[in-house]
Amino acid sequence: MALRDITLGQYFPGNSPIHRLDPRAKLVLTTLYIVALFLADFLVSYGIMVVLLAVAIALSRISLKSILRGMKPVVFILVITGILNLFYTPGDPIWSWGFLKISVEGLWSAFFMVIRILMLITCTFLLTYTTSPIQLTDAIERLLNPLKAIRVPIHELAMMMSIALRFIPLLIEETDKIMSAQRARGADFDTGGLRQKAKALVPLLVPLFISAFRRADELAVAMECRCYHGGEGRTRMKVLRYRAADRAVMALGLLVCVGVGVLGHFGL
Amino acid sequence: MKPEAIIRAEQLTFSYTDESGVTPIVLDGVDLEIREGSFVAILGHNGSGKSTFAKHMNAILLPTGGTMWVGGMDTRNDDDLLDIRRTAGMVFQNPDNQIVASVVEEDVAFAPENLGVPPEEIRQRVDEALEMVGMKEFALHAPHLLSGGQKQRVAIAGVIAMRPRCIVMDEPTAMLDPVGRKEVMRTIRDLNRRYGITVILITHHMDEAAQADRLVVMSKGHVIADGTPKEVFQDVEGLRAVGLAVPETVSLLWELRQAGLEVPLDAISDEECAQALAKLLHVS
Repeated sequence: MALRDITLGQYFPGNSPIHRLDPRAKLVLTTLYIVALFLADFLVSYGIMVVLLAVAIALSRISLKSILRGMKPVVFILVITGILNLFYTPGDPIWSWGFLKISVEGLWSAFFMVIRILMLITCTFLLTYTTSPIQLTDAIERLLNPLKAIRVPIHELAMMMSIALRFIPLLIEETDKIMSAQRARGADFDTGGLRQKAKALVPLLVPLFISAFRRADELAVAMECRCYHGGEGRTRMKVLRYRAADRAVMALGLLVCVGVGVLGHFGL
Repeated sequence: MKPEAIIRAEQLTFSYTDESGVTPIVLDGVDLEIREGSFVAILGHNGSGKSTFAKHMNAILLPTGGTMWVGGMDTRNDDDLLDIRRTAGMVFQNPDNQIVASVVEEDVAFAPENLGVPPEEIRQRVDEALEMVGMKEFALHAPHLLSGGQKQRVAIAGVIAMRPRCIVMDEPTAMLDPVGRKEVMRTIRDLNRRYGITVILITHHMDEAAQADRLVVMSKGHVIADGTPKEVFQDVEGLRAVGLAVPETVSLLWELRQAGLEVPLDAISDEECAQALAKLLHVS
C-alpha cells in the first residue's frame, strides 16, 4: 500500500496570480463558486461556470494532469451518480430495455450532475493546490474571528488544524514503519475478507495511537516552553492584507453568484 | 545573590508519588550555580535526575523543596512564568515532537508570536535565528523533509527566536545519526562561543560533554563531581562506579597508567592523547 501517494490537501508552490490572491479571498470565492454551481441549472449558466473555472485553472498554471490525477478516487461516485440520474429521472423514454428507461431529461440531468460534481471538486482542488495549509488555516481563523464573540474557540480550532496538518506526514510515515515491522513478524494486511482485514488493522492502530498520544504530550510541553499560552496577546509574523485585486475578485465572485441565480430565474 | 549566576539551584529537591504509592526522591538537595555565558554539560546515567533538573530550569517542573532561580526569578512565582521561559529556552530530544508548523520559518516564528512581538520584528528575529543555526536556505521547506540534524537545528532556532540568555538542551543528539550529532554539536558550540548564549547541555555522551567548559556529573539525584572536563575525567574509577564511561582517550591513558607507565590523564582530545603517547614512546 503506497501511503505516501495520498494527495490530501496537497499544495503546489508557485507565484501565479491565483497563488498570490489573499487566502481569505480564495476561500470566499470558492464558497461563492460552490453556491453558484448549485444555482446554475441551465446551459448558459453552466457555460459561464465552466469558462470561469477554465480561466482560473489557466491563471494558476496548475497542470490539468495533476487535477485529473486527484479525480481518480471520485470516479466511482461520478459513475454511480451518472447512472442513477440517467435511469431514474422521469420523462419521455427514448430508449428502454426491460425496466431500464432512458429519457431526454435523464440524459441532461446525468450530464449536468456529473459536470457539477467535477467542477465542485476541481474548484476545491484549485484552492488547496494554490494555497498552503498554513495560509488556509490562517484564512479560516481570520474569517471566522467574529464567532469569538459567541465564544466559539476559533484560535484553538485553527491551531488544532495546523498541528494536524503538520503531523499527517509524520503519522503516515509511522504507519508505514509499523506496517513493515508487523509484516516482518508475519502480519497480513492484504488478503482475506473485510472482517479479516479489519482485524489485521488492530496491531497497526494500537501502537499508532500510543505513539500519537506520546507525541501530543511532548508537543504540548515543547509548546509551553516556547511561551504558548493560548490566542490571547498573540501576534503573527505574516499579516494578511486585502489588496485592491483581492477586493475586485471577491466583488466579481459575488456578482457572478447573483448573476447565475438571476439567470436561473429566467430559465437560461 | 551574585548577578552573574543565570541559573541557581539552592537545596533543590524533587520527589513525586507514583501510582503504587512509592515516593522516589529524584533530586536530593542539589546546589548548583551556572554563570552567564558558560557552556556547562550535565552528565549522568539514566535515572540520575539530570533531565528532571533540566525541566526545573524552565519551570516545567516545580521543586518540592529548595529553590530554583532563573535570571533572578523564582520558578515558583507564576507571574514570572513567561519571563522565565523566555530567559531559559529549552530544546528536547525528539525534533519531530517540538516542531509546530509545517513550514520552517513559520515554526521559528511560533515563540515570538506567542510573546506578542510586532510582525516586522518577528521577521527579523526569524531570519537572524535561522542564520545562527545555518538553516537560512531552508526557511521555506517543510520540516518533515529535512534530516534529523537539520530538524534539530530548526528546533534550536525556534528557541533562539525568543532571544533567550540561556538554552537548556535535554539530550538534543540522542535521536540523531553521527552526522546529525556533529552538526548539532557544532551549532551548540557556535551559539556559546560566537553569540555568548549560556548553554546547558544534558547528555550521556562523553565526547559531547568533553567539549564543555564545565562538567557536572549527577548520580541518584546528587551532584557527585563538578569541574572542568580535564579535572572530572581524572577520576576514572569514580565515574565508572556510577555507570559512566570516560572518553576512549582517557580510558586508554588510564589503562597505561595502571600498567605502570607515566602518562597524564587529562589528554582528552585525540591530538592531545596522540601527543602524550608520542612523548611516552620518545622517552622510552
